[in-house]
Amino acid sequence: MRPFLLQVAAVTLINLKSIPQRFWLSLSTVVAVALVVMVLLTFLAMSYGFQKTLSGTGAADVAIALRGGAAAEINSAVTRDQVRLIEEGPGIDRGADGRPLTSAELYLVVDGVKRSTGTKANLPLRGVGRDGANVRKGITIQAGRMFAPGSNEVVVGKSLASEFAGFDLGQTVKLGTSQWTVVGVFTADGGVFESEIWADAPAVQSLFKRENYFQTVRARLESPAALASLKQYVESDPRLKLDVKTEQDFYAEQSGQTTDLIQKLGWPLAIAMAFGALAGALNTMYSSVAARAVEIATLRAIGFGGTPAFIGTLVESLLLSVIGGIIGAVATWLIFDGFTTSTLGASFTQVVFSFHLSPALVLQGVGLALVVGLVGGLFPAIRAARQPIVAGLAG
Amino acid sequence: MSDHALVRLEGVTKGFVKGQESIAIFKALDLAIPTGDFVAVMGPSGSGKTTLLNLLGGIDHVDAGAITVAGQRIDGLSENALARYRAANVGFVFQFYNLMPMLTAAQNVELPLLLTPLKKAQRRTHVETALAVVGLADRAKHYPREMSGGQQQRVAIARAIVSDPKILLCDEPTGDLDRATADEILGVLQTLNRELGKTIVMVTHDPAAARYAKRTLHLDKGQFFEKDLAA
Ligand SMILES: Nc1ncnc2c1ncn2[C@@H]1O[C@H](COP(=O)(O)OP(=O)(O)O)[C@@H](O)[C@H]1O
Ligand SMILES: [Mg+2]
Repeated sequence: MRPFLLQVAAVTLINLKSIPQRFWLSLSTVVAVALVVMVLLTFLAMSYGFQKTLSGTGAADVAIALRGGAAAEINSAVTRDQVRLIEEGPGIDRGADGRPLTSAELYLVVDGVKRSTGTKANLPLRGVGRDGANVRKGITIQAGRMFAPGSNEVVVGKSLASEFAGFDLGQTVKLGTSQWTVVGVFTADGGVFESEIWADAPAVQSLFKRENYFQTVRARLESPAALASLKQYVESDPRLKLDVKTEQDFYAEQSGQTTDLIQKLGWPLAIAMAFGALAGALNTMYSSVAARAVEIATLRAIGFGGTPAFIGTLVESLLLSVIGGIIGAVATWLIFDGFTTSTLGASFTQVVFSFHLSPALVLQGVGLALVVGLVGGLFPAIRAARQPIVAGLAG
Repeated sequence: MSDHALVRLEGVTKGFVKGQESIAIFKALDLAIPTGDFVAVMGPSGSGKTTLLNLLGGIDHVDAGAITVAGQRIDGLSENALARYRAANVGFVFQFYNLMPMLTAAQNVELPLLLTPLKKAQRRTHVETALAVVGLADRAKHYPREMSGGQQQRVAIARAIVSDPKILLCDEPTGDLDRATADEILGVLQTLNRELGKTIVMVTHDPAAARYAKRTLHLDKGQFFEKDLAA
């Protein structure tokens, strides 16, 4: 066994030491693999970052009621009567004044302009009830103050304010047909609400002519377990054709659709590119085997087995591709990790989120690189092992 | 030519297929080489000299007939068994040295020892000895590109003898060297034969080179014609 390992080590050393003779070819393989891994990891980091933002939104003890079957807030409608019935439901926490902590909300799409590109984008305007901020935990006014009830004032999420133009504190913006003043900037523990504009629900209703209609009702539950009783209450009342779930579940479902889409784009693109890199790797490794034909044949004539020649070639290929994979991962991390952008969420409004690379994602990228190296090295390695010695010696 | 022959070919037939044509190189060739012999093989280009060495070295296969080396039939061995046979019995010396350019002289010479159970320290001793035998003890750390052709061929000879094989197979070992350097190399081979008793089969074009051998075989049209030094 020891001589076998020594043979493998010697052949591998000879291979690796001969890489400088094929420097540019080897480098092109490394670069090709790095690009593949970058594309894959960029998509995965986008998907993961988006997922993190949405799954960081909503609590298990906040219930949301939507029209039955509505997948997104924008498709939902809840009447004022239904709101009143929900408020009377069981399991809802109460505020200091003894009234149930609920918020009947409107969710509208308004126009905005992206700072980075100057392009138009759909932004969500949320009309919230008096307890809109209290129903949810983690809503904090970072600058300015909360809007005054009944006024044309808005507070904007921190991400929205930084990504879209015109939402600086004190500025007046035109939303729909009316003018609104930005009086505050809020944070929401990094969640989706930071990509929203919030205003007083009655003011939104009157200025957007949506009297008597809401999209959703939020309710703070006494505990996550209280959801069951509220759900049962809603289901047993024929006037309430509403779906009730926790806000947490609601946003998790929303993230599922978009992250699926991103991943379904990213993997095929990366795999298509991986085939290109694979062609490059095969070319490089066949060249390597051809360039070392005399050396391999000489070693075989000395008594070296075919297997060390096989392994040595495979190791060279794997090494090149793993180097490419690591470069790709590091480059993606340097360029994109924490890179903030926005994309359309489930309600066709912009959700601002940051790209995020995790060790598990990096592993997927390096794994893909390994596959390229393995397949790209396999056939040349077989050739290295099987090449007739006499032909190799003849040059 | 006795039962003590180190190498024995009996009825060896070998040919190649080139496209539609098949060329017969050897037809029922017989040959015996005793231990300690130094045979020069001469003959026109394409007469099968290299093929003969390849068959003896176990890197090519006969079509028919038997090859026995050191009492072992090597025709019909598996590839793995042939690799073991080569490692234990054969040292090759090539016209263009075939050193690994990225390895030092010592590392090149060490290669055959990687196939043995020798420990690192023992391997180093063997390498030093082999390099000393070819007069290159001071070049152990040099790379092939830092050495002349003659020096590279000495390193190749050191590599061929380091694991103490029973037979050295040299294919035009001086074919790429000038007269003076060739004479040095041939002197090294002659010393190996005379003083260390190495059995050597050397293919050469050069009658002057053949004179270093104990006898010369002329290969032509698939048959040997033996001539002694006087002829
Ligand atoms: N692998 C091979 N395939 C086909 N023909 C070969 C092969 N090896 C050698 N030959 C042919 O066999 C003949 C003898 O070759 P070789 O032994 O190399 O001759 P020499 O060394 O005497 O010049 C030549 O005609 C050569 O073309
Ligand atoms: Mg020849």
